[in-house]
Amino acid sequence: MKTKHIQNLGFLCLFLCMAATLFFLGLIIYFITSRGMRVISWEFLTQVPRMSMTQGGVAPAIVGTLYLVLGAILFALPLGLACAIYLCEYSPKGFVVNIIRISINNLAGVPSVVFGLFGLAVFVKFFHFGVSILSGSLTLGILVLPLIISSAQEALIAVPQSIREASFSLGATRWGTIKNIVLPNALPGILTGVILSIGRVAGETAPILFTAAAFYIRGYPKSVFSEVMALPYHIYALMTEGTHRDEQTAIAYGCSLILLFLVLFVSGLAIYIRQKQRSQHV
Amino acid sequence: MKKTILLFVAATLLFVQGVKASDRIVMEGSTTVLPIAQKTAEVYMDGNPQAQISVRGGGSSVGITSLIDGTCDIADASRSIKDTELEKAASRGVSPKAHVVAMDGIVLIVNPSNTVNGLTKQQAKDIFTGKVSNWSEVGGRNEKIVSISRDSSSGTFEAFGALVLGGAKVRPDALLQASNQAVVSIVSQTPGAIGYVGLGYVTGAVKSLEFEGVKASKETVLTGKYKVGRPLFMYTNGDPKGATKNFIDFVKSAEGQKIAEQEGFVGLK
Amino acid sequence: MQEKPCRVLYNHPGKTMKEKIIRWVFTVLAFASLVFLLGIVIVLFKEGLPIFKIVSPLNFLFGKSWYPTYSPAEFGILPLILSSFLVTLGALIVCMPLGVGSALYLNELAGNRQKAILKPVIELLASIPSVVYGFFGVVVVTPYLQKTFNLPVGMCALNASLILGIMATPTVCSIAEDALNYVPHSFREASFAVGANRWQTLTQVVIPAAGSGISTAIILGMSRAIGETMTVLMVAGGSSAMPRSFFDPVRPMTAAIAAEMGEAPMGSDHYHALFAIALILFIITFIFNVVAEIISRRFRIKLGLSG
Repeated sequence: MKTKHIQNLGFLCLFLCMAATLFFLGLIIYFITSRGMRVISWEFLTQVPRMSMTQGGVAPAIVGTLYLVLGAILFALPLGLACAIYLCEYSPKGFVVNIIRISINNLAGVPSVVFGLFGLAVFVKFFHFGVSILSGSLTLGILVLPLIISSAQEALIAVPQSIREASFSLGATRWGTIKNIVLPNALPGILTGVILSIGRVAGETAPILFTAAAFYIRGYPKSVFSEVMALPYHIYALMTEGTHRDEQTAIAYGCSLILLFLVLFVSGLAIYIRQKQRSQHV
Repeated sequence: MKKTILLFVAATLLFVQGVKASDRIVMEGSTTVLPIAQKTAEVYMDGNPQAQISVRGGGSSVGITSLIDGTCDIADASRSIKDTELEKAASRGVSPKAHVVAMDGIVLIVNPSNTVNGLTKQQAKDIFTGKVSNWSEVGGRNEKIVSISRDSSSGTFEAFGALVLGGAKVRPDALLQASNQAVVSIVSQTPGAIGYVGLGYVTGAVKSLEFEGVKASKETVLTGKYKVGRPLFMYTNGDPKGATKNFIDFVKSAEGQKIAEQEGFVGLK
Repeated sequence: MQEKPCRVLYNHPGKTMKEKIIRWVFTVLAFASLVFLLGIVIVLFKEGLPIFKIVSPLNFLFGKSWYPTYSPAEFGILPLILSSFLVTLGALIVCMPLGVGSALYLNELAGNRQKAILKPVIELLASIPSVVYGFFGVVVVTPYLQKTFNLPVGMCALNASLILGIMATPTVCSIAEDALNYVPHSFREASFAVGANRWQTLTQVVIPAAGSGISTAIILGMSRAIGETMTVLMVAGGSSAMPRSFFDPVRPMTAAIAAEMGEAPMGSDHYHALFAIALILFIITFIFNVVAEIISRRFRIKLGLSG
């Protein structure tokens, strides 16, 4: 049958699309993992760079990335959670909600380099925070705010309405209900959002190009006003500004592997938690 | 729950000190100077554990801009400061002071497979401004010339433009790279490529060309026989004080100069 | 992307002072995202508009020479805009078949077990940082392209397009797959009832019905590609001449901003020009997102889902 042939051909094409997608993505992971593994060692993970960054390790970059992540989440979580609670629990109608929703969606679509410029103009120059963990964290926090808001919203919506009603019928106030009933229930979902944000923040380079990152620092940052090394910036800098190509390419592979591992692990964790949540609530 | 939050806030507050340590030095700028800056910073910090030096590249213009905007202490530059920059600095109350830390030559490099051995100034200018596009026109193979240049933040770019191109514009199809190292990478992998880098970046992966019949080396740069030579600077805001002064003295000292030589540049002696 | 607001059956006014204050605090904090969005717009306008005192908007947008540091400086960004679009177009050519095809596979052909594994895997792969893609592009794709196509340099628009396409594929796949899932089973069943086979049903009923949703996916994929910075910075080549083919090194808008920002002293013309480019970039992605939003809303209404 001609139609059957067409169907088989069509389905084959679809299968090839899927296979190709997985192939390319797997290829990237394979290359980074295989070449990066050669460089990873305990020394690599815990030592500072030495000998013009051709030896030693990348510990300051790892630590720097962690600080930036911490700062961004500290900034974005309270704000984002508050916004989600407002949209979900206090649930105003009409114009106000739509404005906020539109802003969130559009903020989510802003290119990362524009965030970097904003951070540069406002935090680095206008507020005189300089190139620092503070500027970088605030910039990254704004970048990741929509992600936290949408995850928190999803988590809050998933809490069954009946629980709230039961609480109200017992005489609890709105805030009391939120604090004692809704939030604890929504915690796994909110946690998912935080974890996803960690992955997102750790991998972003453009926002920290002008607001936080340094090429080489011997030690660890002493205050929020220090510059930091960061894994994604380190990869970029080694490849474009490096001084000793061969050794530094190898180091870049190592950094890529660490970053890849970190991000995939974190995202995987979040997805896993979310799957369990969803299967519970079905 | 409340206790953990309080503890957390306390820990965070402890971390937020916000006092710029007096022996913290921020260095930014030229990728040509970067190897010297980095290595001297490392050695200096080995000898002075309380010093905290952070190094960034970006190009000479980035460093000078940072100095003017007040976001760095030392601007590494492979060119001298421009008048427009001096004006801008003056309007901000910044008075840049130049410290020469090494001498450098800008070397024309090609792929090792290239048969050409040298170029005249006119030939180099014609190639980079777009008048000459094939190696056969300058005595090489019949092959398209791929021009590798630096982007506009580079001091090497400015110096090359002034010393070789006489201020003419680089051809629009030149590939603009962010660092000396990037130029070396591309030239070493591309048979028809030509680029220009600081003397310290010439490795076995590329072939250096004679300029006007003179091979670039430490001697020819020092004596001035190699015409495309230039000083490498570190700029500070006014006279350097404290840790910054100590560091710059170190770079200019015999030990610092030895490091510059090791990195392939020309010491000042 | 369901957005059902929670509704509370009873209207609890929160009579105590504490409740009112808390509600007020939340209201203020909720406007944070609006504040930041407006802040970004304001900063972009404030720092970007001054360039138009020097260059007319037409000359800026359509000028063909980008020589911001020469004297006299030239600020025509047409090559930058065209580079962005060229690279995005190339990325589309890659991510459209791969993304939509994969989505169709997941929706129609994959068994439940396959779906349970593949869907999370694709979502996971969407989170790979762009700098890792860029790095892969520099060390693997660049030499490969150079050898295969006999190019002088492997860093070109094609390089960036390939990588951006792969980067956008998981996003396109996820959103398209969601869209396909929204198509009611009844559509399919009706089609089978009149004798169509699976392929015919897929191509003539399901895909058209999910058409708007798939368009949304593609537009959002495009939006991501045009806003991408690190990858293009590392592999697109960096030449600010007018692009003529996919094999030319190019400098998209994002790369220009990232590469040149450090050297533009605050308040200089170059600084304002870069902010103006960012403004235009922002407007472009804003338009994409708004269009995607509108299409997605009409899609949901068409299928009878809540709007």
